[in-house]
Formats: sequence, C-alpha cells, structure tokens
Amino acid sequence: MSSAVILKVENLKKYFPIRAGVFRKVIAWVKAVDGVSFEVLGGESLGIVGESGCGKSTLGMTILRLYEPTEGKIFFNGQEISGLPFARLRPIRKDMQMIFQDPFSSLNPRMSIGAIIEEGMAVHGMYSPRERSSKVQEILERVGLSGNYARRYPHEFSGGQRQRIGIARAIALCPRLIIADEAVSSLDVSIRSQILNLMSELKEEYNLTYLFISHDLAVVKQICDRVLVMYLGKIVEIAGKKDLFSRPLHPYTVALVSAVPVPDPDYKVDRIILKGDVPSPINPPSGCRFHPRCPVVQDICREVEPSLREIQEGRWVACHFPGSLGLKRTKEVGVEC
Amino acid sequence: MLQKNLLEVRDLRVYFYSDEKRELKAVDGVSFSVGKGETLALVGESGCGKSVTSMAILRLVDSKGKITGGEVIFDGQNLLLLPESRMREIRGKDIAMIFQEPASALNPVYTIGEQILEAIMLHQKLSPSRAKEVALEMLRLVGIPEPEKRLNEYPHELSGGMKQRAMIAMALSCRPQLLIADEPTTSLDVTIQAQILELIRELQKKLGMALILITHDLGIVADMAERVVVMYAGKVVEEGNRFEIFKNPFHPYTVGLLRSIPRLDVERKKLDTIPGVVPEPSSFPVGCRFRGRCNFETGECVQEPPRTSLSNTHAVYCHHWEKVRDSNAEVLKECRAQ
Amino acid sequence: MKRETRRLLKKFFSNFSACLGFVLLVFFFIVAVGAPYIAPPKSARDPYMMPIVTWSSNPLPPSPEHPFGVAGKRDIFYGVVWGTRTAFRIGIIVTVVSTLIGLAVGSIAGYFGKLVDEILMRITDIFMAIPFLVAAIVLATILGAGLDKVIIALIVFSWMYSARLVRGNILQVKEEQFVMAARALGVSDFMIILRHVLPNSIFPVLIQASMRMGSLVITAAALSFLGIGAPQGYADWGALLNYARNWMMGSQGEALRYWYMTVFPGVAMVLFVLAWNLVGDALRDVFDPRLRM
Ligand SMILES: Nc1ncnc2c1ncn2[C@@H]1O[C@H](COP(=O)(O)OP(=O)(O)OP(=O)(O)O)[C@@H](O)[C@H]1O
Ligand SMILES: Nc1ncnc2c1ncn2[C@@H]1O[C@H](COP(=O)(O)OP(=O)(O)OP(=O)(O)O)[C@@H](O)[C@H]1O
Ligand SMILES: [Mg+2]
Ligand SMILES: [Mg+2]
Repeated sequence: MSSAVILKVENLKKYFPIRAGVFRKVIAWVKAVDGVSFEVLGGESLGIVGESGCGKSTLGMTILRLYEPTEGKIFFNGQEISGLPFARLRPIRKDMQMIFQDPFSSLNPRMSIGAIIEEGMAVHGMYSPRERSSKVQEILERVGLSGNYARRYPHEFSGGQRQRIGIARAIALCPRLIIADEAVSSLDVSIRSQILNLMSELKEEYNLTYLFISHDLAVVKQICDRVLVMYLGKIVEIAGKKDLFSRPLHPYTVALVSAVPVPDPDYKVDRIILKGDVPSPINPPSGCRFHPRCPVVQDICREVEPSLREIQEGRWVACHFPGSLGLKRTKEVGVEC
Repeated sequence: MLQKNLLEVRDLRVYFYSDEKRELKAVDGVSFSVGKGETLALVGESGCGKSVTSMAILRLVDSKGKITGGEVIFDGQNLLLLPESRMREIRGKDIAMIFQEPASALNPVYTIGEQILEAIMLHQKLSPSRAKEVALEMLRLVGIPEPEKRLNEYPHELSGGMKQRAMIAMALSCRPQLLIADEPTTSLDVTIQAQILELIRELQKKLGMALILITHDLGIVADMAERVVVMYAGKVVEEGNRFEIFKNPFHPYTVGLLRSIPRLDVERKKLDTIPGVVPEPSSFPVGCRFRGRCNFETGECVQEPPRTSLSNTHAVYCHHWEKVRDSNAEVLKECRAQ
Repeated sequence: MKRETRRLLKKFFSNFSACLGFVLLVFFFIVAVGAPYIAPPKSARDPYMMPIVTWSSNPLPPSPEHPFGVAGKRDIFYGVVWGTRTAFRIGIIVTVVSTLIGLAVGSIAGYFGKLVDEILMRITDIFMAIPFLVAAIVLATILGAGLDKVIIALIVFSWMYSARLVRGNILQVKEEQFVMAARALGVSDFMIILRHVLPNSIFPVLIQASMRMGSLVITAAALSFLGIGAPQGYADWGALLNYARNWMMGSQGEALRYWYMTVFPGVAMVLFVLAWNLVGDALRDVFDPRLRM
C-alpha cells in the first residue's frame, strides 16, 4: 500500500447562485461546500458521511471538476488541478473516475454496454480497437457479468447489474482514485453486499483509492479505513473508522452513530434524538453550524465558529467541546460471532 | 400472544395481469396475524410484495391487479367480502396508512390544514371549529412546532421530516386501531428517521394501536418490532418474534439476509452474500421460490415447502430447516473457537 | 437494437390512424415519384410548368380528357400530380434545413448554457415574435418571386421551433447522470452532445418536424395563393387555388359551379397535411418514454 498523499483539498468552496426576477439577479448563495480541507492517502478508502443536502455530492463533483470550485485548491498526485484548463485536465480525468448513485440514469439508454465501457478507453487512446473489445469482455467478467452482455442495452439489466456496469466503466480506465457517490444506496440488501464485496476486491486488485460518499454509516464502516463527517457544507470530524464508531467526539457524530438502527434485538443505545431539521445552507447558523441542534451547546458555540483541529494523532474535530457528549450502548464494536 | 388477534390475513393472493395476459403472482398465499397493540414488521427486499400485501388489506389494489383468494379478517369480519361503502368507512378510520414518499402522498395544491381537516371530517361528525382543534392537537402530538402557522402552509414549505409528521398526524387523526406504515422513513435521514420512529413508538403506546411496519431495514425491525414476517418473492418464508428471527433464523434466506448486511456493531472482513438476483414475478421458480440462490437446495425443493411450526410464534417454510439449524450451530462453534 | 426496432414497429402499426397516415404518405410518395407516368409532360420543357391546354381563360369542368377540369388554361390533374412533387420538395427541404439549424442552435444553447444560451435564446425570441406569414411575405417579396425564395423565407422563419424544443430537451438530458459520467471520463463536449445528448433528445424533434411538414405546405400554398410563391404556371397546389380566386363565388344562381377548381387541389392539400400529422402523432405515442416497456 502506498501512503503518499494522492488527493489534497484546501479550503474548497462551492457556492450555487439562487437567481430571481426578470434580470435573473443573484439574490442568495447556496453554500453547498464551504471551506473544506483534507487529504486522502493512496490506497486508502475515505468515507464521506452526512445528512442529505450537507454537500457530499457537491464535494465529489467539485473534486472531479464537474463543478467549478468557487474558491480553494485541489491537488491530485501533487499537481494542482483546480486552475487547470479543460484540455490539460482531460488526461488527468483518466486517473479519477466516478461511480454514480442512480443505476438507471447513469447509463446512456441508447448505447450498448460494450460502447459504454469502451468509450473512456477510446477517448484516452488506450489500446487498439481490437484489444479494446477483448478488454471489455475481460472487465465485464471481472465485475461478475457475462462477456456476451457487451452487445445488450442498459434497459435489459437489473439495478444491481447496472451498478456493476457502472463500476466496469470506471475501472476500465485503470484509474487511481474512484469517487463513489452513494454507489450502493439504491440497491437491495442481498445485492448491496455483492457490490460492496466486489468494490473491496477491486480495490486490492487495482490498488485503488476510494472516496466513498454515503449516508449509510454501516456501509461506510464496512468499506472504509477513515471517515469524514460533514454537516452543512463543513467538515465536523475526521477519524479512523475504529475511533469514529467506538468513540465519536463531535456531538453530531455521536448523534449520527446513535441513530443508526442495529439488527440485534439485544443492542440498546441511548439514542440521541436531535431536535429539528437540518438548517438551510443558504443561511447557515452563526458560530458553530450545529449549535441550534446540539444537545450540549454553550454560549461560545453561538458566536465563535470552531476550527477543524487535530486533537489526537489522526483525529480532527471542529468542536469547542469535543467528547462532551458520550455514547451509551450495551454493545461495543466487536467481531462477528 | 394471548390477546385476540386484531387482524388475521389468511392465504392472501394478489395476482397482476400484464398486457400479454400473463399472471404475475405478486402475492401468493400470505398468512400472518397482528394482535391488538402489537407491532409486526414485514421485511423483504424490493418487489417481494410487501406494499401489495398492505394495499390488499385495505382492498386498494390497482386496476391491473386482483385479489384472487384468501381472507382478511379484521375485528371479526372478512374485509374482502364487505361492500365498498363499508370498506371506505374502515379505511382511514379503523385502519390508517402512511407511505414511503411523504412528498407525493400529500396534495401540493392544498394546505396541510385543509388536508388534515378533510381526513378528520370524513370520518367524524364534528363542527368545523372542533375539527380544527383536533387538527391542531394532532399536529402538536406529532411534534410539529407552531402548529397554528403550519396549518396554513403548503406541503412544499415543509421539510421531508415535517411532511412525514404531517402524514402521521393525518393518519392518526381518527385514532385508528391499526396503522400500516409502508417504509415510513426510507426517504429520510438517519437522525430524522430516529425522530420519526421514536414518535411512532410513543404514539403507539399512547393510543394503543397495532402497527404493521413495512421495511427492508433489519436494523429498524430489531429496534421496533415484536414479531417479524420475512417475505421473499410473494411468499412468507419465516415468521417469529424478533429474538427468534434475529438469533435463531431457520430459513436460508433469513440467514443469508442477516449475514449479508453491513453492521455497525460487528466487524466483518468480508460480507456473506446471497448469489444471484431477486427474481421477477414473471419468472418465479415453482416450488420453493428461493431456489437457485440457496445453498441448501436439493431435488425436494421443487415441491412447495411446508409450514413447520417451531414454537407458538416461530414458523418456517423450508424443506431443509433442520440442516440450516445445524449449519448455524456449526458457524457459531467455529466462531467461538477463533 | 433489432428487437427494440421490431417492438417499435409493431407498436406503430397496431395503431389505426398511424396506418392510415402511413398509407396516405406512401400514396403521395408514389404519385410524386410516378408523376412522369401518371401525367406525362407534353413537351421536353420543364415538366414542372403546367402546359397550356386551352386558349380560353374560362375554367372547364372535368371531362375524360381533363379528369379534374381545367383552370387558368391549365390541366388541374397535371397540376395536382406534379404539385405533389413540389409539396414534398418544399416540405422536406424546409424541414430538414430548419431542423438542422434548430438542432445546432438549440444544442449549443442548451449544452453550454449561461451567456451563450442567453444570446441565442433572445435571438430566437426575436424571430418568434415576428408573425410568421407576414414575415415570410415580406422576405419573399424582397427576394423576389420563385420557389427557392419561398423556401429560404420559410427556413428563416421556422428553425426557432426546433431550436426551442432541442434546447429544452437538452437541458433535461444534461441533468442525467450518464452525461456527468461521460464528462468524468473526459469525453469532449462535442462528442457528448453527439453521442449522449442528441440521441436522447432527438425523437421529439423528429416528431415535431413531421408535424411541421404539413403546416409548411399550407404556408407555402398560402404564399402561392397570394401570388408570391411559385412563378406563373408552376405546378403547385397553392398556385392552382390562385386560379380559382376569381371564380370562387361561382356564377349567378350556381354557387358551386366551379367546385373542381378548389376541391381537387384542396383535398390533396388537406390529405397531405393530415398524413403527416397522423404519422407524427403515432410516432409520439411510440416514442413516449413513459409508455416504454
Ligand atoms: N446544481 C445546483 N444548483 C443549486 N444548488 C445545488 C446544486 N446542487 C446542489 N445544490 C444544493 O447544495 C446543497 C448540497 O447538495 P448535495 O447534493 O451536495 O448534498 P448531498 O450531501 O449530496 O445530499 P444527498 O445525500 O441528498 O445526496 C443542497 O442544499 C442542494 O440543494
Ligand atoms: N400495478 C402493478 N402492476 C403490475 N405489477 C405490479 C403492480 N404493483 C406491483 N406489482 C408487482 O408486484 C410485486 C410486488 O410489489 P410490491 O410493490 O408489493 O413490492 P415491495 O415489496 O413493496 O417492494 P419495495 O420494497 O420496492 O416497495 C412487484 O414485483 C411488482 O412488479
Ligand atoms: Mg448526494
Ligand atoms: Mg413497497
């Protein structure tokens, strides 16, 4: 496993304008990602979790420059890609791929499976046309589909099979980094485990790095080494998965972990029920963005925004009082029995 | 389960007829019961017939489908034999339902207040001012802040969690004896899900109603349900109380499902998987429908698996449940040895 | 794809009005192709010019020699038959060219968005704001008479409809994840439009084009009727109706005396428009994504 930094994000911001009126004047900004910094090591998988609308997808898209960053820098393999013109970005795209959430809208219904998988290789001039079609067969078989499927069309496949095709499209380019945005969220339980295992195997085989975006903590725990928790466009906590799930420090993380239902009737947890809904990213609360819902809020939280600081080796938290909210449960993270 | 059953579904069959006049046996001989005040979970993967079963209880199967057999005994009467007018009284009053997509279940052109009032006035003879009081009381009960203001708002002005609360308020406004919740939290975030589940649990206690909770999330089942019915491809494969299902599953599908989910509480290097895909209703296998994906399959499985009763509450539909039991014990032994 | 195509064809032909439209179109097509045999030109001159068959300018009723009668000294049957060719020519050229222009403008506006979109759509709006017939008349008058001028005028004022539609469709398709996926693969913008966006938004445009085909022929006929379109004696349904202008009122006590002057070219025109509309309607049903599978 190489452990050089493969992706580095510095103070990344992405604001979307809200326009109104005849002249389409900008009346407000959705601060979808608002000053995010982190590093990803080669060969690891970093999970990004958080509630709907906290900016996970926007972050992924912005890193791939599918959205233009409003501010901040992105380094891939040591090279800054945030200011790069598109022509120079294209060869780098080969090394960063994406797996999408929706297995139905992420495949062009009018292209055959073979054409879908081959397209990227053709764009980057990989292999000769003859080699490409044998490569397509090989990759299809690798993701657990028959090589004969190359000539069929997306509508002939089930959700799980389509997701395999999406994975095949991404690994066809032999990328270094794969951003998977809710890649298993729409799948059934029995299919989800197949895809998760496939992704773990492929990671070992191709020495991939994953940025695994999901709202499902159990899934992230299964596939990731480290976890990054987002709330309203900001990072609230980064930690190794063991630390994060056994001893979360940010009150929001504690609430998240406590809210996940566990399929064991003996498991009891003091569920921390957060009041209210996630506020709007248009007008985020002052100070700590989590303060209106925080069970252990203090005066300072309403005024001063906590910065993300490393309080232990590898543990970053953006909270004035990390660890002040404890997690009480009957069962700690254990080994399967 | 000493109390008398509130709802008893016996051998329910719902078939759909596609364009080519083919019969799709979406729900094929499903039986279960719900006691007064009890919580029953209906679990299974997408397309196994959970929603169709629950709609059939209310006789709300759409025009392409037909309830072709079975009985739905609610409070001593067979709902499938009642005249439509009587059925309409029962829907919403005695049996209420909440849906997965709160956004699409609320009508966007009416205010929340108008919709709750409609639900109330439909079944109760109340003066408009009294009905409004009840509506406010319901909104307060489901924890919607500033209910007076919310009454005049339109669905799009509410967040997903608030909409689901409004749906619950509507469903509970006539104090039903049975609430059917079809994936009530699937489209919500975990923290909001926790709020809603807590709310449902509280209200259930307060109002003493029975609950059929439909979900594919086994975590929610372990958390909420007293008894569990596991469905696969239009049939019940196993039923039992939650300890029986989670600690001693005897159907290969239940076992596979439990082993294949990533969990917060246990560490697993690799997930077990169930091979293959969930079959379409047009290609359900004959006999045991789990055939083709099952590790225990033998020639015997082309026969319909019999129901084996293992305890008062626990029953399994599998030819090989004993083998499954032995293999479970083996896995446990191996695990302990490590 | 073969199976898919078969399914679509089956769906198309299981619809009565679609079949009717299709049969009518085939009929017109045969007439147009077979014109030299159905109504052989008398001289080696331009066959599109209707030969003069009588020296009296009074219309003559149908007779074995002139089955549809005579108007403006010319044989109506000949005019209707060769007019079919004119109708196809105007319809196809105008539709194809204006659709292509619309496709280009619409795809650029829709795909790139922002300022490009703004500018192109404002231009489109300006063109749409001008009343079509009036504008076409003015332009055709400026350019002078002649079929080619009519065609140019029609193209200039009809590309906007496909541009609008294409843009709308592209805006919708652009949001689909497979377009994002293609961008993430590093596919160029041009190829994305060509391979991913257009194939998924083209059918509504083709359907609209086939519906427009009919109405274009009416407009062209209107221009001819007003004397702006085809030159004197050119085989064109509108021009035939033009001859009827002075006789339409009939004669004393016999209002319908000159019926044949309007009925034959008129019926041809109505059936032609109907055929295209029926086919367009049926195509819309066949390709409606909500009705798929
Ligand atoms: N193209 C866009 N234009 C305007 N606002 C946007 C756009 N994309 C996202 N947003 C807004 O940015 C915020 C973050 O959205 P994003 O999709 O990144 O959230 P997410 O964390 O991925 O949520 P989910 O779990 O629902 O996918 C949301 O408030 C959303 O409404
Ligand atoms: N209106 C319909 N016409 C034809 N088939 C239908 C119809 N409604 C449901 N079905 C079929 O019935 C089967 C069971 O559907 P149902 O909606 O009950 O599944 P479910 O268990 O609720 O799944 P999910 O978890 O996706 O909600 C499905 O395979 C579906 O194809
Ligand atoms: Mg997202
Ligand atoms: Mg359902």
